[in-house]
Amino acid sequence: MVDYLVHSEEDRKRILGYLGMGGVERLFDFIPKKLRNIPLKLPPGLNERQLHHYLENTACLNRSLKDFSCFLGGGAYYHYIPAVVEHITSMSQFATAYTPYQAEISQGTLQYIFEFQSLMCRLTGMDIANASMYDGASSLAEAVLLAARVTGKNRVIVSGTLDPKYRETVSTYSYGPGIEVIETGYKNGLTDIGGLKKALDKNTGAVAIQTPNFFGCYEDVFRIRKALDSSPDCLYIICTNPLSLALLKPPSEYGADITVGDAQALGNPLAYGGPHVGYFAAREKYLRQMPGRIAGKTVDREGKDAYVLTFQTREQHIRRTKATSNICSNHSLNALASAVYLTLMGEEGLKDLAAACIHGAHYFAQRLKETSHFRKKFGSAGFNELVVSTDLDIGMVLDELYKENILGGLRLDKYYPELADSILVSFTEMNSIEDIDRYIEILKRL
Amino acid sequence: MADTIFSGSGKGRNRYRAGDSSIQYKDIRHLVPKQLLRTETAGLPHLSESEVVRHFTSMARKNYGVDDGIYPLGSCTMKYNPKINERIAGHPSFLRIHPYQRESDVQGTLKVMFELGEMLKQITGLDAVSLQPSAGAHGEFAGLLMARKYYDLKGESRKLVIIPDSAHGTNFSSASMAGFEVIEVRSKRDGTIDLDLLQEIVGKHAADIALVMITNPNTLGIFERDILAISDLMHKNGSLQYYDGANLNAIIGAARPGDMGFDIVHLNLHKTFSAPHGGGGPGAGPVLVRDYLKGFLPLPVIGKEGERYYLDEDAENTIGRMKSFYGNFSVCLKAYCYLLSVGDRLKDISIDANLNANYLKKKLGRLFDIPYGKNTMHEFVMSARKYREQGGTALNIAKRLIDYGIHPPTVYFPAIVEEAMMVEPTETESIESLDKLVDTFKCIVKEIKTDSRLLEDAPSEAHVKRVDELRALKEPVLKES
Repeated sequence: MVDYLVHSEEDRKRILGYLGMGGVERLFDFIPKKLRNIPLKLPPGLNERQLHHYLENTACLNRSLKDFSCFLGGGAYYHYIPAVVEHITSMSQFATAYTPYQAEISQGTLQYIFEFQSLMCRLTGMDIANASMYDGASSLAEAVLLAARVTGKNRVIVSGTLDPKYRETVSTYSYGPGIEVIETGYKNGLTDIGGLKKALDKNTGAVAIQTPNFFGCYEDVFRIRKALDSSPDCLYIICTNPLSLALLKPPSEYGADITVGDAQALGNPLAYGGPHVGYFAAREKYLRQMPGRIAGKTVDREGKDAYVLTFQTREQHIRRTKATSNICSNHSLNALASAVYLTLMGEEGLKDLAAACIHGAHYFAQRLKETSHFRKKFGSAGFNELVVSTDLDIGMVLDELYKENILGGLRLDKYYPELADSILVSFTEMNSIEDIDRYIEILKRL
Repeated sequence: MADTIFSGSGKGRNRYRAGDSSIQYKDIRHLVPKQLLRTETAGLPHLSESEVVRHFTSMARKNYGVDDGIYPLGSCTMKYNPKINERIAGHPSFLRIHPYQRESDVQGTLKVMFELGEMLKQITGLDAVSLQPSAGAHGEFAGLLMARKYYDLKGESRKLVIIPDSAHGTNFSSASMAGFEVIEVRSKRDGTIDLDLLQEIVGKHAADIALVMITNPNTLGIFERDILAISDLMHKNGSLQYYDGANLNAIIGAARPGDMGFDIVHLNLHKTFSAPHGGGGPGAGPVLVRDYLKGFLPLPVIGKEGERYYLDEDAENTIGRMKSFYGNFSVCLKAYCYLLSVGDRLKDISIDANLNANYLKKKLGRLFDIPYGKNTMHEFVMSARKYREQGGTALNIAKRLIDYGIHPPTVYFPAIVEEAMMVEPTETESIESLDKLVDTFKCIVKEIKTDSRLLEDAPSEAHVKRVDELRALKEPVLKES
């Protein structure tokens, strides 16, 4: 019904006439006949009103976070999205543009990429950043490939406190070049540094650490850096939620070679897990090994500031089999959302927000002491997440919370069988004190 | 107005706060280990809300999107992006869904993914699908890893991938990332795959060949007529056939990769299926396979039991996870809306896309050489070589088009055509719009003959003059310091 086509039947006839074709089938003449009779069973098209109605009904099969008090996190966070972010990212000049290959007609895209790079560099303290990756997990995987490439070593160590889905993605990517991925254990919610030291050998090309880690705990990033002293070639990869960097030391200050992560928390909707957006920042010496697009500032012929995609000889369309990555489409519009978000928040706004997350977690941890069956699993202080364990049946606990419209947290048994008694509880500015109080009151009742 | 977000210096102007003032904040220094606390400010911008909006609005004005006019970028399928799809994708009940919510609470989302998958299976003629990959190249990488693992489990060490010289750069780098070596095959004079040469290669490397990657129609817009013979040759050799879906718009509703013998297919939902490109993404690159490869798909796949939809995360041979969650859901949703709108009139898309490209080819063929001009479908590649000496290079012509308010075609690709300009108008352009493009090219060709400085100086009407790419390399400025 609404097929978004333009031509009338008359138009088609006119073009066919101009081309000297008797009918539209002539356009497919060179496809072998036996391929052309295809059994498509698609329903008749819907008009806009019907489509809207149908999809609204489909949407109603979901129960959105509007109906809940949400304490789910684990790599995807329910933050408020300012109207300004939606307003800017829905502008058709941004949304309906292609990759900015033609710089002079794409200065808007190129400049916001440049600004996104600048913002990520300022937060992480790294020298350079790229235009975006698909998400944090694929960004980490690309960091591991980079490390293996520059060191010529086919072995990497990932901490067991790193988001399990990130570790899985690293394994998937590593299958191609045959990189061996070693996982180290953890002690009291933190990377087991002794174990890490033992696992390090002269063939290790990288160590990847998440901080605050999957359990919300701050890793001892300085001690881990020191542990790498005996392996001078080994790259130190830090994976971090950029929101935490409003308050925490930038990874450059504890010797990170590459910093990656997911910027979904900065202005991008959850949307059931995508599109989110990965960032990738590194020391300058890895510039020529970076994956993905990079925008640079230059001048036009009259000396006026201008932006352009640069160092493209790394990329697939030029270097082909020798490219640093195959990435072509990235998550540009999501990077724009994060750039607008950070600009709107500014230093103070972002600090305020990060503090709200920390305080939520601490307030919850304080009040947890009033319960008899629940305790904070790991001793160290948390950022926006913490692990809670119980001697009650964890499924029953989550069900009881759910009955009161509380999404109590993420079960950990699937990835950590030893944590079958635990959940990961996450905090953002969306969790009010009243929400937390309600949560605790239910726990006290159990 | 701020030149960049960092140029305004008004500390204290930024008033946006998202936190809740009712929380009694303790001093955070007690809550974070001291040695981990930031000691210096990051240097984020200090702009008021109105300044932020003006800054980014001024940047939007320096851009050009499909809504501004024709965007004939070859192999990119820059078609109109329906607005209703944006509205639906913005529905709070689709956006405010956490990926770890209970399956019973996300049935609408899972239904969209399941049904989109079913439609894509029909359209391609393949048996199983995963929506996980984030983009075309990500889908390619997934497809190639599946092939790798398939042979590894069979105990066959097939290390070679055959790719025609006209293929997209991503094919080569995806193959390389998946651990394959590439044999590039020269195209025949008519621009298609040389079956004899292919036979020769297969004869020589037989048990080493894992797969052939084919874009059909290819980047010259030409349908590979020998596709069934190629498929036969590959399958008899125990090799797989991979379909790069970048050019599906030419045959959608008219022919299916599955019927052509392809075993693995990736699609670009941000091309054929109308999701906007977003200035370079996000896209979505679903990957489809034949039954015997189903167990290798990246996880999760969406299952349906009775009326219940669920995430299937248990496949024995899966290549694993390509990213954290389940695919770029919002992009998938837009593609789903598109297919529901078009319905059984799918073939009209390829008909009009091919009509428009052929119309342009005939008209522009009077101005430019079209070295591989026969049997093209939704796009074609013309060459500016005859104007090169006079300053009419593909680059200069592209820049001059900008002065006329038109986005240039893809230039210098594929490399097998000198001074290449790859033109793909798509089905959503009117005859008037196509004629305007032709008239503009005519003007430019006239300018080449009379005053080629206009081209060398182009663009002169854009927001910036010709950008100095060399300087960007020699004196790199990659951030605002």
